Amino acid sequence: MADKLVTNARDLTNSEYFYGHRACAGCGGSLALRLAMKVLGPRTFVAIPANCMSAVSFLHPQISFSTNSMISPFAATGAVLSGIEAGARALGMKDYHVVGFAGDGGTADIGIQALSGAIDRGDRIIYVCYDNEAYMNTGIQKSGLTPYGSSTTTSPAGRNLPGATRMKKNMFEIVAAHDIAYAATASIGYPEDYLRKISKAAQCASTSYIHVLAPCSTGWGFPIEKTVEMGKEAVDCGLWYLAEFENGEFRLNRKPREFSSLEDYLKKQARFRHLTDKDMDVIKGNRDRKWKKIQDQWTV
Amino acid sequence: MSKKIFVSGDEAVAEAVRLAKPHVISAYPITPQTVAVERISDFVEDGTLKAEYLHVESEHSAMSAAMGAAAVGARTFTATSSQGLLYMSEVLPYVSGARFPIVMMNANRTLATPWALLSDHRDSLSQLDSGWIQVYCEDAQETLDMILQAYRISEDPRVMAPMMVNLDGFVLTHTYEMVELPAQAEVDAFLPAYTTINRMDLDDPKTVCYAAMNDYMEFHMKQELDMRKVPSVIEEVDRLYGDKFGRYYDGMVEQYLCDDAEVVLVTLGSVTGTARVVVDAMRKEGHKVGLVKLRYMRPFPREEILDIASRVRAIGVLDKDISVGYEGIVFTNVNSTVADLETSPGRINFIGGLGGRNISKENTRGMFNELLELARGEKKEKIQFVNARCEYHG
Ligand SMILES: Cc1ncc(C[n+]2csc(CCOP(=O)(O)OP(=O)(O)O)c2C)c(N)n1
Ligand code: SF4
Ligand SMILES: [Mg+2]
Repeated sequence: MADKLVTNARDLTNSEYFYGHRACAGCGGSLALRLAMKVLGPRTFVAIPANCMSAVSFLHPQISFSTNSMISPFAATGAVLSGIEAGARALGMKDYHVVGFAGDGGTADIGIQALSGAIDRGDRIIYVCYDNEAYMNTGIQKSGLTPYGSSTTTSPAGRNLPGATRMKKNMFEIVAAHDIAYAATASIGYPEDYLRKISKAAQCASTSYIHVLAPCSTGWGFPIEKTVEMGKEAVDCGLWYLAEFENGEFRLNRKPREFSSLEDYLKKQARFRHLTDKDMDVIKGNRDRKWKKIQDQWTV
Repeated sequence: MSKKIFVSGDEAVAEAVRLAKPHVISAYPITPQTVAVERISDFVEDGTLKAEYLHVESEHSAMSAAMGAAAVGARTFTATSSQGLLYMSEVLPYVSGARFPIVMMNANRTLATPWALLSDHRDSLSQLDSGWIQVYCEDAQETLDMILQAYRISEDPRVMAPMMVNLDGFVLTHTYEMVELPAQAEVDAFLPAYTTINRMDLDDPKTVCYAAMNDYMEFHMKQELDMRKVPSVIEEVDRLYGDKFGRYYDGMVEQYLCDDAEVVLVTLGSVTGTARVVVDAMRKEGHKVGLVKLRYMRPFPREEILDIASRVRAIGVLDKDISVGYEGIVFTNVNSTVADLETSPGRINFIGGLGGRNISKENTRGMFNELLELARGEKKEKIQFVNARCEYHG
């Protein structure tokens, strides 16, 4: 139980609650789960819909969670979490967490309705979206959170298209628009920020949402030892941002003095290697518009 | 002390749910189920039912939330109908495979398109293979009794399967009847608190729904082998309930004047009431007709159907559904059972009541006449539409 905020590795238990899974080497998603579970501890109910993380951890009889856990229908993470919480409450259980780990597709596309319903009810659940920017478990197809210019198996870059042609859906602000008690973005490239946000969510009396960028070596096409670096660079070049929504206010947690090279970040990944200068300009334009809005409207 | 109340089928469901005391209710409104969930909401509001009522945003979430609650060992209830049942259908095998004893009311209503509101059985029969126990009720009293029995049956450690209690939309959900309401203390004695080891537990953490590649087949063999024992549990609970509350339903199948019958008609749900009156009238005229009220579609009452079929000369199946491109779904089930006999009786599949089309006493008499003529050796069409407004040639 996280009663004080976990802000760095010293606060973190040596116990493991998620281990022995079959994720690829260099998997950012499994790192996001492992760290979150270390904050939440043994009295945690976990629900995971169809995605890489359930695929690599729930294979009977080799289950990778030492806590209570279950697979939820793909579209229904929010509803299953609500059900667990309502059942536990009705049965008088005390001192526990209910957490879900859904992918970007499971959150922004098929699961958005159930997530919206759960936030609307204000059930005391923690919803973590680990964002690897595509449907990875089914073989790297485009999702609503696949960024512009990303080549996936259903948005292949070719002579006519640059890969995905749309920007990422703005899940963080969609969630915030529900007037949720606590929402935050994070990246596994900034683990201390992520740990602090998970432990804030754990203390929240109502629904909380953490959107953590989780680079995927397999789907993005970068060397397996570069995962954390990619998570860090995504923030440093301004394509991702670390922020919180609390008491109706947006707050930026990390303000890069100047952005690191966007081209460097993109060109390290096979999914972006084909991008032209024109594509780079589109991405840069989108980034700058986003940051202008952040500067103008959020507490920075 | 039990008391008499004047209620609709939907309200009878709500009263039964209050008596069964589920911990969590999650439901999404759809006509003609709505009155049931409205009454349950009233009971939660006025404190006579101490439960968590989850306002979910869809039927898919209604069933998923019930599954989450069942996964921590809570007693749960949900209710739906028609499009709603199909919308949640993905979650039905999740629940049955995980062996969670969720009880659900389904108000039988037809499926779009064309859109229609009235009752037939296309919704629930499309979900026969989902691993749920399915019972069909004839009136509001039976519905109330079956909700209570459903918890007792589903939560039995020998069973651990979810159960769908079906009642015909409008004909039952919105029709008022005098119903006997059992006393709470009596219900508490009949339906003990739900306990199970099949749950997530803070003191003994577990994974309850997981993936199984190599032993998937064995999981489902176990499910099937357990389901085969369910008829005996149903009979047992029926006797227990009857001894306590005075109403027996004859378990899997009710046979009405079948002992010496030459021909029988198989029915499901509220149309049985009409057929009963017709059987009485035709008996008075000297025709040896009988009625088979199929109460359960899953597990299927194989033994009972075999026994009946071995005694009669013709058997008719009235389907308020159709598997387009083949025949009525109930007929397919009856037929495959009857095929086990060395010599089987003549069979006719009557398709009627689609979209709520009326099935009158005259229509029912017509079906019995067809069966009597078939029994006498006349040639008959195997699939016949009842009370249709256009000609057809089979
Ligand atoms: C109802 C349903 N539709 C489709 C699928 C197939 N499916 C399984 S996992 C998956 C991809 C999940 O993507 P995401 O949520 O982004 O998680 P990731 O695999 O990337 O970790 C899909 C499409 C499914 N299991 N259920
Ligand atoms: S495909 Fe990506 S997200 Fe999935 S297990 Fe491999 S590295 Fe992790
Ligand atoms: Mg993904």
